[in-house]
Amino acid sequence: MPELPLRLEPRAEPSRLMPYLSPLLAVALMLAAGVLVFSALGKDPIEGFRLFFLNPVKDAYGVSELLLKATPLMLCATGLAIGFRANVWNIGAEGQFILGAVGATGVALYFEGSESSLLLPAMVVGGALAGAAWASIPAFLKTRFNANEILVSLMLVYVAQLLVSWLVFGPWKDPDGFNFPQTRMFDDAALLPILVEGTRLNQSLLIALAVLVAGYVFMYRSHTGFKMRVAGEAADAARYAGFSANRMIWIGLLCGGGAAGLAGMAEVAGPMGQLTDKVSLGYGFAAIIVAFVGRLNPLGILFASLLMALLFLGGEQVQQYMNLPSSISMVFQGMLLFFLLGADVFIHYRLVIGRRSA
Amino acid sequence: MLDRRNFVLSAGALVLASTLPLAAVAQDAAKIGFVYVSPIGDAGWTFQHDEARKELEASLGTKIETRYVENVTEGADAERVIREFAASGSKIVFATSFGYMNYVERVAKQFPNVTFMHATGYKSGKNFGNYNARFYEGRYLNGVIAGKMSKSNIIGYVAAFPIPEVLQGINALTLGARSVNPNIEVRVIWTNSWYDPGKEREAAMTLISQGADMLTQHTDSTAVVQAAEERGVHAFGYHSDMSKYGPKAHLTATTHHWGDFYIKTVSEVLAGTWKPENVWGGFKEDMIRLAPLNPAVPGDVKTMVEELSAKLKAGTFHPFTGPVVDQAGTERLAAGAVIDDATLGKMDYFVQGVASRLPSK
Repeated sequence: MPELPLRLEPRAEPSRLMPYLSPLLAVALMLAAGVLVFSALGKDPIEGFRLFFLNPVKDAYGVSELLLKATPLMLCATGLAIGFRANVWNIGAEGQFILGAVGATGVALYFEGSESSLLLPAMVVGGALAGAAWASIPAFLKTRFNANEILVSLMLVYVAQLLVSWLVFGPWKDPDGFNFPQTRMFDDAALLPILVEGTRLNQSLLIALAVLVAGYVFMYRSHTGFKMRVAGEAADAARYAGFSANRMIWIGLLCGGGAAGLAGMAEVAGPMGQLTDKVSLGYGFAAIIVAFVGRLNPLGILFASLLMALLFLGGEQVQQYMNLPSSISMVFQGMLLFFLLGADVFIHYRLVIGRRSA
Repeated sequence: MLDRRNFVLSAGALVLASTLPLAAVAQDAAKIGFVYVSPIGDAGWTFQHDEARKELEASLGTKIETRYVENVTEGADAERVIREFAASGSKIVFATSFGYMNYVERVAKQFPNVTFMHATGYKSGKNFGNYNARFYEGRYLNGVIAGKMSKSNIIGYVAAFPIPEVLQGINALTLGARSVNPNIEVRVIWTNSWYDPGKEREAAMTLISQGADMLTQHTDSTAVVQAAEERGVHAFGYHSDMSKYGPKAHLTATTHHWGDFYIKTVSEVLAGTWKPENVWGGFKEDMIRLAPLNPAVPGDVKTMVEELSAKLKAGTFHPFTGPVVDQAGTERLAAGAVIDDATLGKMDYFVQGVASRLPSK
């Protein structure tokens, strides 16, 4: 087969700056490609951009919705980043999110009618523990039997979906709900207080920001966090230094599961106010993109989650005002990840034109 | 500082600006928003709602302007979409799936001057009505055809979730089939999803291998009709006329027609005469129809179905007329009695003749 006169050659010294610039480059390329997408669909690209990126945040309510949508992404992505840094590939945050919602709902329904101010904290704990417990299954199977955590955590997403479906059709079904798949609406004591009156933005944003800070401290200021980074960046060195690989797997998965569980709790105790079989809107999967666009760094994740939330909201807007198909959000998300991965290749490699001289 | 020249200029601008909104109001069409649960596609639940939206536009012309968002999951995002329609000046918002109910309720309270219509739910309010169709009427007629034409006496039913609307359909089909053939047995496979062509197809194949020679589905894709065509058995479409997906297999379909209802509702809201009500239309209101019968349906069956449709249109026949006996043998409806809407809306059992069990409660 004739060889193309193009090849990738490892760089002698990768740039230290480019890892941080590459997400920005990816965003710029996504916007540029967006012009082509809008034009190809026969729409005015300027109007498309205005509707997609500006209209969702045109007023305070829009901003509150953006923050509300970004909150579960921040939570899930921070938890995932801790594991990803140590090469622990938890792809099942979606399932852990659902279990968090189930755990929190379990607490809310068990103490139904309670007006105790301890109810919400109990739901927070219940959600985080349930998410972490779900993530402990791939952790156990990985450390005990070396089962691939990517596959196990991913497949458990489907199990979680069936579990929540069974619960809302069965034991937790609202007795006054005409057999529809939903629990009762939660009491006020089981709902997260609203931060800004007249919006849906609730205290889960504060929880997410706290988790971001905690994630930062853990990753950059703790000994364990340091070990996990070493394990991710230089596995051999970590082994040589005697860092326990199993311990990293457990920490990585439990952090991811716990944070996703918190996000699930915030969904049922926040904008939903009940558990239904539609509790998950793909936050666990979208958070994987967020984690990478954010460079597995809590500050980066903060910005990436806002960007990702904007892509969701913008997609709704161009549907409403330009009659574009619903898949437009996915197209932008896909382009963002594609350009990011593409740009990342060039951090470590450079493109050489011309045949190999050998 | 406001000097004289500036004052004249700004006064001029003020006059100009104040005339603009007036001109805009005179031309403004009433905005109508539609929230769809799945992509529109070319057949199915959302497709029928979108066809009706087009009928509405064709009928009311420049008086209105419709907008829609498709594929809105029945979770927390729905509230933002519904609210955005209301906040951006829509007169009416149609939310076309059950799971939007609590979100519609919340937004309706925040926007008292906007009218909200929610499909297939049970809540309503001052500016918040709900609507649904008597799908089971068409199912009964499908059952009559299936009962007459089945050779194996087994009908396969692929269904999403055991909610009342779905159980009404399964039970009506069973009652219709057994009214002409008491040996009929109906087998149900649950897919736990409204739209999952792969699973629907798998379920259809399983039912065929269990001997079913008549199939139907209460899910959103055309997979079951296609599977029937492939394996040489018959099928009944649902939502839309699905004959092009199985020209030989497709005997008829229970089709949904929301157009007249949308036109009526919008006209009433614009005229200021709309009142919140629970609309539940069937053959009589022309909300439910049978798709054209396949030539494979024998003449005597055709006549029978035509007679029954005429009775449904006239309102002289109800598919749930006693005796209705459930699987456990308990009489749910005495001989000669007709079920009332409240009881029908809460249906949570299978009638005798359904071989499958309901998922445990």
